[in-house]
Amino acid sequence: MIALLRRDLMLATRAGGGFGLGLVFFLIVVVLVPFGVGPETAILSRIAPGILWVAALLAALLSLDRIFALDHEDGTLTLLATAPIPLEAVAVVKAAAHWLTTGVPLAIAAPVLGVLLHLDPSAFVLVIVTLLLGTPALSVIGTFGAALTVGVRRGGLLLSLIVLPLYVPTLIFGAEAVRRGVDGLDPATPLLMLGGITAGAVALLPFATAAVLRMNLR
Amino acid sequence: MLSVQNLAVARGGATVLTGLTFDVPSGAALILRGPNGVGKTTLLRTLAGLQDAVAGRFDYPADEGAYASHADAVKSALTVEENLQFWADIYGNSVSDAIWDQFDIRDLRTRIAGTLSAGQKRRLGLARLGVIKRKVLFLDEPTVSLDGFSVRLFADYLRDQHLAQGGIAVIATHIDLDLAATTLELEPFAATDHQPDNGDEAFL
Repeated sequence: MIALLRRDLMLATRAGGGFGLGLVFFLIVVVLVPFGVGPETAILSRIAPGILWVAALLAALLSLDRIFALDHEDGTLTLLATAPIPLEAVAVVKAAAHWLTTGVPLAIAAPVLGVLLHLDPSAFVLVIVTLLLGTPALSVIGTFGAALTVGVRRGGLLLSLIVLPLYVPTLIFGAEAVRRGVDGLDPATPLLMLGGITAGAVALLPFATAAVLRMNLR
Repeated sequence: MLSVQNLAVARGGATVLTGLTFDVPSGAALILRGPNGVGKTTLLRTLAGLQDAVAGRFDYPADEGAYASHADAVKSALTVEENLQFWADIYGNSVSDAIWDQFDIRDLRTRIAGTLSAGQKRRLGLARLGVIKRKVLFLDEPTVSLDGFSVRLFADYLRDQHLAQGGIAVIATHIDLDLAATTLELEPFAATDHQPDNGDEAFL
């Protein structure tokens, strides 16, 4: 399992691995918003939590179709299915690698970009915390979607259509927690809901991902 | 040993081969022959556990099977050595020094796999078999894009390393590997009624 994680991280950071693409996309979306909405700081700081979360969600979506498609194309997935590690473990490792290469960098970069949106400085910590808490769910749900579309030619769009609705609960509670923090309210309830969604997704979805992979490899 | 009893296999919902019964003792190889589409790949995938058999059963020591397909499963962004090391780690083995000569890839160790030729990539893909050290190999056209020298190299590996140590190989191939192997002609086992039984394939 460690070997697979190490290889996936190595592949992500080598040429053509796509590491950083999500991050740059995140940056561009956040920079575009003030151009579209206008420079009034009051409006920007009001919508900042939501914009940061929506942009992070789209950035995470960007690299999902690579999770299994590349391994499927060159035959690695078939060999992993017959290897001595269970497909459930492969699903967990793939989601973990996706989270480490997109979720964590997004969470770290979010407060910096929050400055561009006049996000209230008191909410910086909360942005990092909610993203760190919520992005594992995005990766795990996305891995499930990637497994569903693994054999489909140009499955990227289909993948987005399947996965985006499933991201709604994470988005609602993640953005809500930051918004409450900005308004000076107690963010504990949405934070707990966010953590609950992530825990549930991490616990259950790898089994579904493995089952779907087995069907698709047949 | 590998024993197969009355096995029937299906591709895309249509049964392609039925009534297959054969035994392969330890240290022996079995060559599968038959025209395109007769079901060589389907049979190998079924035996490797990638799909379910329609009927019948087969038996070989648990956790000893390995499958090699047309695809090499080589990551072009990694070096040759990193590629092999990955599979060794997955199977909990180490890359033995002899592998580099057995598959003639010693000079390529530090090369990025993306810069290899098709034949070199194939040799790297086959070297994986020497790294994972599984006893029962299911090989699907292992010699595609190999030149004559490399084919002999691979046949030598199978004969002197794999089979000599009690391994088993089931190989679908069209060329003569120069192995002391039994040949199984698959055409007599072809299923006569090609009736697809699940209609949801077309929908997807």
